[in-house]
Parts: sequence; C-alpha cells; structure tokens
Amino acid sequence: MNYLILIPLLPFATSVLLGLFGRKYFKTSSGIIATASLLASAILSLVTAYNYFFVSGKVNGSYQKIIALQYNWLQFSPNVSIDMGIILDPISVMMIVIVTFISLMVHIFSWGYMKGETRFATYYAFLSLFTFSMLGLVLSSNIFQVYIFWELVGVSSYLLIGFYYNKPSAVAASKKAFIVTRFADFGFLIGILIMGFYGGTLDISTLIERLTSTQSTEFISISTASFLGISALTWGLTLVFIGGAGKSAMFPLHVWLPDAMEGPTPVSALIHAATMVVAGVYLVARLFPIFSMDIAALNIVTWVGASSALIAAVIACTQTDIKRVLAYSTMSQLGYMMFALGIARNEGESSVGYTASMFHLFTHAFFKSLLFLGAGAVIHLVHSNDMKDMGGLRKRMPLTHLSFLIACLAIAGIPPFAGFFSKEEILLAAFQTNKIIYFLALFTAALTAFYMFRLYFSIFWNNTSKSSKVFEAEHGHEGTISMKLPLIILSGCTLVAGFVPFSKFVTADGAPLETHFSIIFSIAPVVLSVLAILIAANLYKTHNEKPAKIAASLGTFYKVVTRKLYIDEAYVFITKKVIFNFLGRPAAWIDRNIIDGCVNGLAYVTATTSNAIKVVQSGRIQNYALYFFGGIAGLAIVFIYWWK
Amino acid sequence: MNLSLLIIIPLLTAVGVLCCRESKQVRTISLLGAIVQLALSLFLLFQYSQSHVVTSSDMMFQSSYNWFKPLNINYHIGVDGISIAMILLTACIVVAGVLISWTTEKLSKEYFFLLMLLSVGAYGFFISLDLFTLFFFLEVAVIPKFLLIGIWGSGRKEYSAMKLVLMLMGGSALVFVGIAGLYWNASTWDILQIAQTPLPIHIQKIFFPFAFIGFGVFTALFPFHTWVPDGHSSAPTAASMFLAGISMKLGGYGCLRVATYLMPDAAHAYSWIIILLATIAIIYGAFATMMQTDLKYINAYSSVSHCGFVLLGIGMLTKTSINGAVLQMVSHGLMTALFFATIGMIYSRTHTRLVAQLGGLLKVTPFISTVFVIAGLCSLGLPGLSGFVAEMTVFMGSWQNPDKSYRLATILACASIVVTAVYILRATGKTIMGPISSTYETLNDARWNEKLAAGILIIGIVIIGVAPFLINQLIGPGTDEIVTKVLGTVNP
Repeated sequence: MNYLILIPLLPFATSVLLGLFGRKYFKTSSGIIATASLLASAILSLVTAYNYFFVSGKVNGSYQKIIALQYNWLQFSPNVSIDMGIILDPISVMMIVIVTFISLMVHIFSWGYMKGETRFATYYAFLSLFTFSMLGLVLSSNIFQVYIFWELVGVSSYLLIGFYYNKPSAVAASKKAFIVTRFADFGFLIGILIMGFYGGTLDISTLIERLTSTQSTEFISISTASFLGISALTWGLTLVFIGGAGKSAMFPLHVWLPDAMEGPTPVSALIHAATMVVAGVYLVARLFPIFSMDIAALNIVTWVGASSALIAAVIACTQTDIKRVLAYSTMSQLGYMMFALGIARNEGESSVGYTASMFHLFTHAFFKSLLFLGAGAVIHLVHSNDMKDMGGLRKRMPLTHLSFLIACLAIAGIPPFAGFFSKEEILLAAFQTNKIIYFLALFTAALTAFYMFRLYFSIFWNNTSKSSKVFEAEHGHEGTISMKLPLIILSGCTLVAGFVPFSKFVTADGAPLETHFSIIFSIAPVVLSVLAILIAANLYKTHNEKPAKIAASLGTFYKVVTRKLYIDEAYVFITKKVIFNFLGRPAAWIDRNIIDGCVNGLAYVTATTSNAIKVVQSGRIQNYALYFFGGIAGLAIVFIYWWK
Repeated sequence: MNLSLLIIIPLLTAVGVLCCRESKQVRTISLLGAIVQLALSLFLLFQYSQSHVVTSSDMMFQSSYNWFKPLNINYHIGVDGISIAMILLTACIVVAGVLISWTTEKLSKEYFFLLMLLSVGAYGFFISLDLFTLFFFLEVAVIPKFLLIGIWGSGRKEYSAMKLVLMLMGGSALVFVGIAGLYWNASTWDILQIAQTPLPIHIQKIFFPFAFIGFGVFTALFPFHTWVPDGHSSAPTAASMFLAGISMKLGGYGCLRVATYLMPDAAHAYSWIIILLATIAIIYGAFATMMQTDLKYINAYSSVSHCGFVLLGIGMLTKTSINGAVLQMVSHGLMTALFFATIGMIYSRTHTRLVAQLGGLLKVTPFISTVFVIAGLCSLGLPGLSGFVAEMTVFMGSWQNPDKSYRLATILACASIVVTAVYILRATGKTIMGPISSTYETLNDARWNEKLAAGILIIGIVIIGVAPFLINQLIGPGTDEIVTKVLGTVNP
C-alpha cells in the first residue's frame, strides 16, 4: 500500500518543479512532464481501485474503511489532532479514479488548447497543484485534513480562474469565487469546531463511530447541547453542509460558478464541472452516517439540493453564453446529487439515494467534462463564447459534433447513455421517499433535456444566423489530435459508464445493494425528455422567430430569469453597499477620527497645558519666593485643620 | 551555549559598522553580523533540541550576574522553547532587513548601526529572566525607531515618529509600574522566583492591568493601536519589517511571559476583558483594512487584526490557544515582514503605494508579484503556509474554553478570515493582476538581495506551514508551564 502516497505526491512534485523552474527550463516540455506524472498517478489509482474492489477491500461481504496511512501533523491536545492520512473506502477509491482520469484528459486536451500561451508551464503547474489538492481532499482521513485540502483546492481554482490575469473580468471572477466559497468555508470551520469539540476527535472514522451510536457519551452530549433550540448536532452538520454548498455551488451560494467560466475552458471542464464542484457532495457523502442520525440536517440537504437543481435549470434555459449554460447545468446536476443524498437513509433498501447520488457523480464527471471539452473545441475555433456567434458547425467539426451529441443525450437521460442510468436511480429513490421531490426532479429532467438541446442545435445546426465569426471559423480546422483524443475517449466512457454495476460497489454501508430497475418506471422521464428535445429542435434547429416570441410572451418572468433572478445584484448590494458603507467605512472613520483623535487630542492637551504652566518657571527669584511661602502657608493651613 | 553571545554579536557588529568608511563596508559587515546571528540562533535551536529536556519546561543555558546590588538587579538570562522561537524569528528578520536595505545610501552607517541596536534590544528582551533587565532591553528596542523613522522615513515622518515613540514610551511606563509593583511585593526582579510563589490575588489584580496594557500597546491592543498604521507607513522598509515583525512581538511575549505567567490569577479574572478587546481588534481591524488604499496602511491595519489573534489566544487561557498565540506571533512576524519587504520592493520601483495607481505588475515583475501573492495567501490563512496553522490553533484552542459564551468571540474571530480574503484579494487583484499601466512596462524584477531576503522569510513561513509539529514541539513545554500556572493543571 506504500505506493498510495505517490498518487497525490506525483502531481504535487510536478507542480513544485514546474512552478519553480518551468518558466526557464520546461517552457515547452511542461505539458509532457505534467501529463506523464499524472498518467503514472492515474495508473496507480486504477491499480488501487482494482486491489480495493476485487482483492482486499471486502471483508465479510461488505467493503471496509481502510486507513492506509496516518501521520500526526498538528497535535492540539492529547485527543484532538490533525492527522494527515489516507482513507480507502468505496467513494474515495472511486473519486481518485475519476479525478486522475478526467485530469489526465484535460492535461492532454490542453496541449492543443493552450498552445502558444506564454505561461504554458505555469498553467500546468496550477493544474497539477489542483489535482494534488483534490486527491488530498478525497483521500483525507481527518475532517481537518479535508478542510486543509478544501482550501488548497479553493486557491488552485482561484489561480486558474484568474489565469488570464490582465483581463479585469477574470480577476473579478477569481476574486468572487474565492470570497463566496470562503464565506461558506467559515461555516464549515465552525461546523468542524462543533463536531470536534463534542466528538472529542477530528478523525473521521472515530467521529462516525462515536456519533452514530445513540448510547455513546459523545452522541448524547452533542444531541442534548443546544443553541436557539436547535441541537448541536444539527448546527454542526448544517454548518458543515454550508461549506459543502459553497463549493458545490448550491443556491444561494452558487453565484461564483457561472463567473468562474472566465478561466481557460479545459480548467472549467476539470474543476468547475467534473471534480472540484462535487467536493461538497463528496463531503456530505463522507459524513453521511452522521448526517443520517439527524433528519433535520438531511432535510436541509434535500431542499437546498432540489431547489438548486430546479432554479439552475430554469436559468440555463435563458442564457446565451455556452459556458454559462453548461455551468448552470452543472449546478443543476449537483443539485440532483445533493437531494439524492438528502432523501437517503443509512440502512438497506432506504440507502439507495446514496448509491444513486454517487453513481450520478460518477457518470456526470464523464459527460460533463466531455461537454466542456467539446465547448472548448468550439470556442477554440470560433473565438467566442456566445451561441449567437455560432451555428451550423456540425460539418466543420464532425467529431466534436458527435461527441457533444452523445454527451447531450447522456445528460438528457436518454438510454443507453450513462446519464440515463444514474438519473433513473435518483428518480427512483425520490419516488420511494418523497413525491414532491420526485415531481420537481422530473420537471427538472425535462428542462435539462430542453436547454441542452437548445445549446446543441444553436451550436451545430441553425446555420442561417451566420455571423462573421462563423465565417472565419469555416476556414479553421477542428483542432489537433491532442484535442480530439480526449473527446473520443470520454465519448467511449459516456457510452459504457452507465453499465457499471455501481450498487455492487458503492453503498452507504459497504454491503452490495439490490436495485429494482424497472422499465415501466423509466417510461415517464424518457418520454418527457424526448418531448423536450423535440420542442428544442422545433425552436432552435433552424433560425426562426419563435424563441423571441415566446420570450416576449413571458414578459417580466423571462427578464427576471435572464438576469439570473437578480441574485448577483442582491449580493453586490449587500457587499458593496451594506458591508462597505455600514461596517468598513465607519470602522476606518472611527479609527482615524475618534480613536486617533483621542491620541492627538491627548498630545494637544499635554502640549497646551505645559505651555500654560511653563510661565511658572519664570526664573525670577521673587516669584519663587512667593510660591515657596504660599506653599508653606497652604500646608500650614492643611496641617492645622488636619490636627484639629 | 553562552546566551550573551546573542547580544554581543549585534553589539560588535554595530561597533564595527561605526568604524567603517564606505557604505559598501557598512552593509557587508552588517550582513555578516546578521548571518552570524542567524547561525547562532540555529545553533541554539540545535543544542536545545539535543539536550533532551524538550519535555521539561526548565529554562536552559541560564547564567546570572549581579548588576546593581542595592536594588537586587541581576543580569539573569535563559531560554525556553518560546524564547528560542522568538530569537529565530528575530534572526531571520534581521538578515532579511539588512538585505532589503542593501542599497541605502543616505547615512548608511547610522542606519545600519540603529538596525543592529534594535536587534540587541530584541535579543536581550527575549533572553531576559530578570524583569529590570527585560525592561532595559525593551527601551533599547524603542528609542532607535524614533531616529529610523524620523530620518529615513517618508510622508509625515516627524509626526509618525513622535507618535510611535510617545505611545510606545507610554506603554513602557505602564509596564514599569507593573513590574515595579511585582518587585515591591515579591522583593525580587527574578521572573522564575516570582513565578514560584504567586502573589496574593488582590496585588495581582492591581498590577496586571499595568503590565498587560503596557505590553499590549506594543502589540496593538485595541484602542491603543493607532501608532501602528502611521508608524509603519512612514518607516523605511527595514524599519517597518522590524517594527511589525519584532517589536509587536515584544508586546505579545511580554503579555505572556510577564503579565500572564507572573500574575496568573489576575489573568484569569480579567480574561473576559482581554477577549473582548482582542475580538474588537480582530473584527474592527479587518473592516478598517478593507477601506485602506495604501499598501502599507493595508498591511498595518491587517496587523492590528492579526495581532488580535495573539491576544485572543492569550485571553482564552487554554493550552491550545496559548500555543496558537505563540505560533501566531512567529507566523505574523515572518509574514508581515515579507509583506513589508514586497511593498518596499514595489515602492522603490513604482514610487507609489496607492493601490489605485498600480496594476498588472505580474507581467513585468513576476518574482516580486509572486512573493506578494504568497504573503497575501499566508495572511488569508492558506494551508501550507504558517498563517493557517497559527489561526487554526487559536480557533481550536479558543473553542475549548469552558465558558461557552466565549464561543461568540471565536465565531467572530473566525468570521474575520472572510474579511481578510476580501481585502487581500482586492489588493492583489488591483496591484498584481489586471491591465498594466504603460509607465510600468519597463520595471526591473527583484535583485539578488531582494530575492534572498524574500527567500529566507518564505522558507520560514513554509516550514511552519508544512511541518507545524516541529515548532509545536519546540514551544509546547513552555506554554505548558504557563498554562499550568494559570489553571493549576494543564487543561486540554
């Protein structure tokens, strides 16, 4: 098991190497170096996965948590410490495979996409840093270790979003992403403090062990202690979930994700679609046994997830920037994963939501990165993000067209593509537990099919709206082999990923789960999706006036949705107007005028007083004699009265 | 090891500097002296860790000479892990400070002489085990600042120099009342002896505020912090680094070693006031930073906020939180020195420190910009750098305080990490990133001396950030001893 440490360390070493020396020595070879080290890391992950799932992971018929490595990093007190460790269980093993694999695809794709970029080596250094942080996050055995890598992931994302640093919009977007997720991390941190305090440990396995048995003293103390009438357990879990919601762009902390698309497109594919944004879902899954002890916290997870799924899908229907559409669709799919966790329970049959959520995370990684890389290829050709500048590209880029179509069918939930299976499972879980959630999810699924095919038809068909950019593009070509290869591989994965018998491997309690898949049940969502696709085809396949008419007939509602429900404006109002004017400005003003005013005032009073009394020291002997005798007289009076 | 070497070497360097003729000789001698100091400190660390008393809290390498018999004043010196951490911090900053001032031409002899004198004061302060000697060195570390800012400073330098020295002198006066009170009642100046037999609580309660507030002025205790922004912004780069990196730590160390350690019952009784003031400083400092437009003011106000963590850690009086306070002192010292060094580098090239006038520096000065970003990330608590370790230890420790209502203070302190992110990223986004102004297209990147200075500080920051267990082992026994005094037993 010693090679495990290499999985995160290889990308780390690459990132240090390229960060320090890349600009000078590896200007062109950095892509190869980074890819080679990641390839090694990916192979090791596959070996680990094979070993875990088929050789050593199973004991008594269920998969166990294995602590492969643990090192004391920072001891707070005899019991509470941050230990750097590696935990192996079904979800962490699945995650390292996904992260290394998608990252590898993105590394290869970037050879072509970032070619000619002056900071080519820096780009790969950041990409490797991100991969290291993400791998560290998913392998964490200690909740504080999760937080550490959580922050590192955040900063890599910040660096990559702001990669085009001389573009003000990229700088603003990177700042926004970091600050919004930082705000969420503040919740996460307090959550850790609460859980660590009552649990008496920061080690995830021990914490789960202690907080899931209703008899343990830790569980009793955390569930009886309360603040504002809500138990400490609910507080802790909800605060941790806020952290997860920030990273996973859940409503209302999602505002950073669409803006994060300012980064290079391969970065969006890796970080803001397939891996980093699922960290929040992963966090809830990681602590799922504890979450399942507290229905209130799970309900929050459910409703935040479901509303995010719906809101994002509605907004996605109105956006014209293709990366933003994809960003909202990511948010919507993350919402699916989140509510699937929320409706799951810890044992047996009722834990199907957990498996479904992880399954969707797995399939989503493939088809969403495929969508983004396809979008990257399109943007590379057209030099624009706006779908109004596109149209009729299917002949110019046949491979991109085909792979994009596969991914769209997958996300729309059309069999036999990957998304169908995982989404079916989530819908099934919802159907069994909560009918309202089920209908919301069904409606969202139809919307998903609609906006994805709106995107698809606008890019690849609809060639009557030819703009100058498309004309330009017609003389370009589809891209290098390094850009095509990942598209082919990911398309293949999207075709087969759905057939993985996922419930045999990844379940809440480690034991294989029997899922009841029924054709009858899947008729409704598939029919709805096909209908939505047909509507999209009708509206967007050729250039016509229908979309504009529909938009006009929706009036204010359409406008509000196009402006993303004015959530951004609300944030700007709160931060720029309220916080700056009512906290920042007064603090700075008070400091300069009142507190410093006191200091200066004191100095002034001292100076004036000494000025006033310095006349006393006149140097004239008569005056001194006067003070002397006056003093004696005064003392005499005091003494006389005192003695009396 | 003979600890007096730590005072003799900088003194000799200072004398050597005075004997030089050219500025080239001056800076060579200063750098040599600074490097010897650093080597000595590392050797001290090595000896300390070799002597296997790491588990005991005894003061090591003690020696004592009678200095002034009528008042029983001794030159009593000795170190424990906390002092060694502080000495290492001082040594790093002295080397970096000398390197940063490499091109100083104006009265360079006097300039380096005063820098060395400051380091004498700092080393002497950290090794003193006699209250009077400690106070003596504290004063040595204050006076040169007046000249450094007044002569080599910029902006409203006379005003700032006067303000800084008067406020610090005021602080020292309070400190003197505090330690004189200890002397009257214990009839010794010796820290170890006073610690052995605690004074009655009513005596402690009288003199604790003097000592704590006095030292607190040094470490920007709210509302006595207003010297910080003006003093730092007017000071020359190396003086800013010394001021924020070392002087503010004199205060924190004094609060811990003198006020809290010698008057533990009073510390316990007044802890709520300390926590209150520290929390105000953290939040208020952070919000005030948000509105600043000058890079030095930004760092100065953020120092107020960050030093609040030191005081919060001390006020919470748990083992972990006091550990965190010491960690934060070291971390903040390195980080803020690095920040001021970078700001100095930027200022010497662009001749402005106003955020609004800068922009896009990453394109022309990649090294300086990267250092700026690293300092910024350390300030906002990025894991892998020292700031994270220190802040998290303070938070973790504060949460353990048995009084649950203090958790509000911890939560507010945690909230400041968001505000920190706001002002750091604003400053970084405007100065380092964004479009570059055409006037800056031809700037040169860092020279060797600047690279070396930044390198030393970054190494320190990264070592603490990546391997915090090392420094934790170093300071652990020392903080144990203090916490045991305060609470009777070591609590978690």
